[in-house]
Amino acid sequence: MSAQTETEYTPIENTPAGRKLGGPVGWLDDRLGLAGAAKKNLRKVFPEHWSFMLGEIALWSFVVLLITGVFLTFWFQPSMSEVEYHGPYGPLNGLEMSQAYQSTLKISFEVRGGLLMRQMHHWAAALFVAAMMAHMLRVFFTGAYRKPREVNWLIGVGLLSMGMVEGFAGYSLPDDLLSGTGLRFVDGMIRSIPLVGSHLEFFIFGGEFPGNEIIPRLYMAHILLIPALLLGLIGAHMLLLVYHKHTQWPGPGRTNDNVVGYPMLPVYAAKAGGFFFVVFGVTALMGAFLQINPVWTIGPYNPSEVLAGSQPDWYMGFSEGLVRIMPAWEWTFFGLTWSFGIFVAGVGGLGLIFTSLALWPFIERWITGDQREHHLLERPRNAPTRTALGVAAMTFYACGWLGGGNDIIATKFHSDIFTITWVLRIGIIVFPIIAFIVTRRICIGLQRADAERVLHGYETGVIERSPEGGYAERHAPLPVTEQYVLTAHERKPELTGPAETDENGVRAPKAERSKLRARLRRFYYEHTLDKPTAHEVEHAAEHLGEFDGHPSEQGEDFQGVSESGIPRVH
Amino acid sequence: MSDLDIRQTQGSNEPIPDPGLQEHQYRPQDVDESQARRTERQISAMFLIAAVLFIAFAVVYFAVEPEETIFGWSAQNTGFGFTLGGAMLLIGVGIIQWAKKLMGDHEIVEMRHSAASSAEDRTEALAVINTGVEESGIGRRPMIVRSLGLALGALGVPAVVMLRDLGPLPYGHTETVWKKGMRVVVDVTGRPIKPSDMRVGDLINAEPSVFFETDEDGNRVFHGTELMQAKAKAAVIVVRMRPEAITPKKGRENWGVDGILAYSKICTHVGCPISLWEQQTHHLLCPCHQSTFDLADNGKVVFGPAARPLPQLPLAVDSEGYLIATSDFPEIVAPSYPRLAHDQKKLDEQA
Repeated sequence: MSAQTETEYTPIENTPAGRKLGGPVGWLDDRLGLAGAAKKNLRKVFPEHWSFMLGEIALWSFVVLLITGVFLTFWFQPSMSEVEYHGPYGPLNGLEMSQAYQSTLKISFEVRGGLLMRQMHHWAAALFVAAMMAHMLRVFFTGAYRKPREVNWLIGVGLLSMGMVEGFAGYSLPDDLLSGTGLRFVDGMIRSIPLVGSHLEFFIFGGEFPGNEIIPRLYMAHILLIPALLLGLIGAHMLLLVYHKHTQWPGPGRTNDNVVGYPMLPVYAAKAGGFFFVVFGVTALMGAFLQINPVWTIGPYNPSEVLAGSQPDWYMGFSEGLVRIMPAWEWTFFGLTWSFGIFVAGVGGLGLIFTSLALWPFIERWITGDQREHHLLERPRNAPTRTALGVAAMTFYACGWLGGGNDIIATKFHSDIFTITWVLRIGIIVFPIIAFIVTRRICIGLQRADAERVLHGYETGVIERSPEGGYAERHAPLPVTEQYVLTAHERKPELTGPAETDENGVRAPKAERSKLRARLRRFYYEHTLDKPTAHEVEHAAEHLGEFDGHPSEQGEDFQGVSESGIPRVH
Repeated sequence: MSDLDIRQTQGSNEPIPDPGLQEHQYRPQDVDESQARRTERQISAMFLIAAVLFIAFAVVYFAVEPEETIFGWSAQNTGFGFTLGGAMLLIGVGIIQWAKKLMGDHEIVEMRHSAASSAEDRTEALAVINTGVEESGIGRRPMIVRSLGLALGALGVPAVVMLRDLGPLPYGHTETVWKKGMRVVVDVTGRPIKPSDMRVGDLINAEPSVFFETDEDGNRVFHGTELMQAKAKAAVIVVRMRPEAITPKKGRENWGVDGILAYSKICTHVGCPISLWEQQTHHLLCPCHQSTFDLADNGKVVFGPAARPLPQLPLAVDSEGYLIATSDFPEIVAPSYPRLAHDQKKLDEQA
């Protein structure tokens, strides 16, 4: 702890390190010309909000996956050749198993740090998909995917779908009883594909299930093909992020034309870079204290055995659940068997989700007709229909997901599995509709509350008694910055119907389409509460001003009292 | 272009004018150098502890034996994870604290520009493309373009043909290894089963005896992948019920022995092995997707996503009194596939 006070700042080129590095940096710039890009980007501004961190979790858990994954490849043997186990884990001694399973045991018991890396790899994978989904929900509910970011949204949809396939390929590799059961399920699903099911099955598995080929093939996809695609898409995702500049929440001085925040160098680089260590640290602690996929207790794969309560990794739970709650739809026509139940649930469920995700920005833009660029985020309540649709989709997903655990729910809550399944069969259609209606009403209620706070001020908690003996609570105007935040969103557009005829009285072309569009537009906006007008605010301010005994008498910094009687701080 | 499009924000009936960026708020560290030094010490302490933890990692590597445990966990794994995770977490938290509390925290404003290029750039780009197209002569020489298109299209031929060897062409799953007279044996030990071994309510996971047989050189007849593939179709469960509870379909009256019946263990839904058995209701539940089959009623589906009943294996006893199959499954086992109906018809015709 030196007694030295504030030291003078020395320009980087005059420091010893700067002088030493000057040569090599100059050498590089002579060849690569980086100074131009550096001067433009090193102080690039990133706005701050906790929700912008979700994508970062996904990015850094992907880096953790790359690091731990490379370590695992040093020992893992992607082979289905039969070997007899002789190793430190006694209970399996003498058992026949594949080399894949044997090498997984070796990583877990013989390679020092191997178990930690395996568990970190598996946890980071679960975290990777979870963070991507949370990030995507953030982007959806704040409208961040709107023009000009639609392409980045599509890249994100690609990343999420490929991340899930990558995860599945990974947890299928150890060839233990659980992963083999997952592959058996996939085999059944592939077979159900109309017309070409058997061909696909035989080509993917290299013959009849389980065959010799599936684990080496999944390994290639898992460590080469899909990671390369993911890496490329992540690069494109980040480049577009830099090009478009990050979206920001509206606030004082934060408009659609600027971006306000901290510069990349040094603050954002330190925060984002430091966050990598946090994500790595958290996954390492999870690997140390939270067991995941103990393959040795499950035993090697055997197609005539299964675990009760078999579950896929969490992100496949939705598909698994749809397959569980689907009725037995299998028909024979044209002399062929059509297993629609499995096909629709297993292949169609995720297909529906990803197709809707990819199309939504374009559908919304067609409905709203909004051709402008949007860089300000919308609070979910200010887009009630979008928010309600999002919650309806989440409810649909949740029903599938609950279905994937119907056996666990039945045993843990001592309930009837057939009842749970039937509730979900009906619920997956009914609950999203209810969720839509309820969410839209909640959004509108919140919009009303916002308008109320702008026009009538906030509740101070100060109760007054009038000379007549009536009691009333004092209201006081919000600080102007808060009033601004509450009214910074878009005004509701006028909902005029389309022109039925053109100026010459001829029926307008594409009239049906325009009508549909106008109808959808009314559906999209009709219940949205418009924000107060300037006139209304002026009027309300007068009203609040004339209020006798304004709480500002309580002092300049008075901000009301809370329910517990303690002065409130905004 | 449509009259419903919004291209510009109309009007400016904004209720509250933008108050502009708020004044910078000073942190304790900005105004009080002793606070700043305290924060510096805290952050440095985190980095120092991280360094110590990394060294502790190496100590765990050499000092802790793989079989040692702590609180019932692997001591090595816990030690590695705690030291590595703790150190990384401290480094991360330290750097973030540094950024939040000591680095400059003046917000800066950067202006945005439309994502689109300028109109001049677009015009020029278009001109460049036009020049390129013009010089290539694509417009004037349609034959060359079409033939190139054809050639590139034909590139698909080698690409597709090369994938042909991914696997054999599919064949129907009409046969399993079960044959007339093959003994039904317990799946783990290979022990043959006598009807007297089973009481009413019992369930045995069984397999064809051929899985436990060896050839003249002492090698197993089935091993490795072939064993896996054969098992994935031939595994059965044998159950004993009260004979009067069973309602066999026409032609199946003599498929059991004193109430002992055998069914395929492989679910007709997506192929999980089924063995959750309710002896009182004679229901068999698949643990994967909860398809439920009534074994007293010809393996009929009573609940769940499976569409076809569980195929039944006809049983008898041999001269030594052990359970044997009297034929292969008369129905196709395991999950459905497109030509299943066709293959089943062939099977029925053979029978």
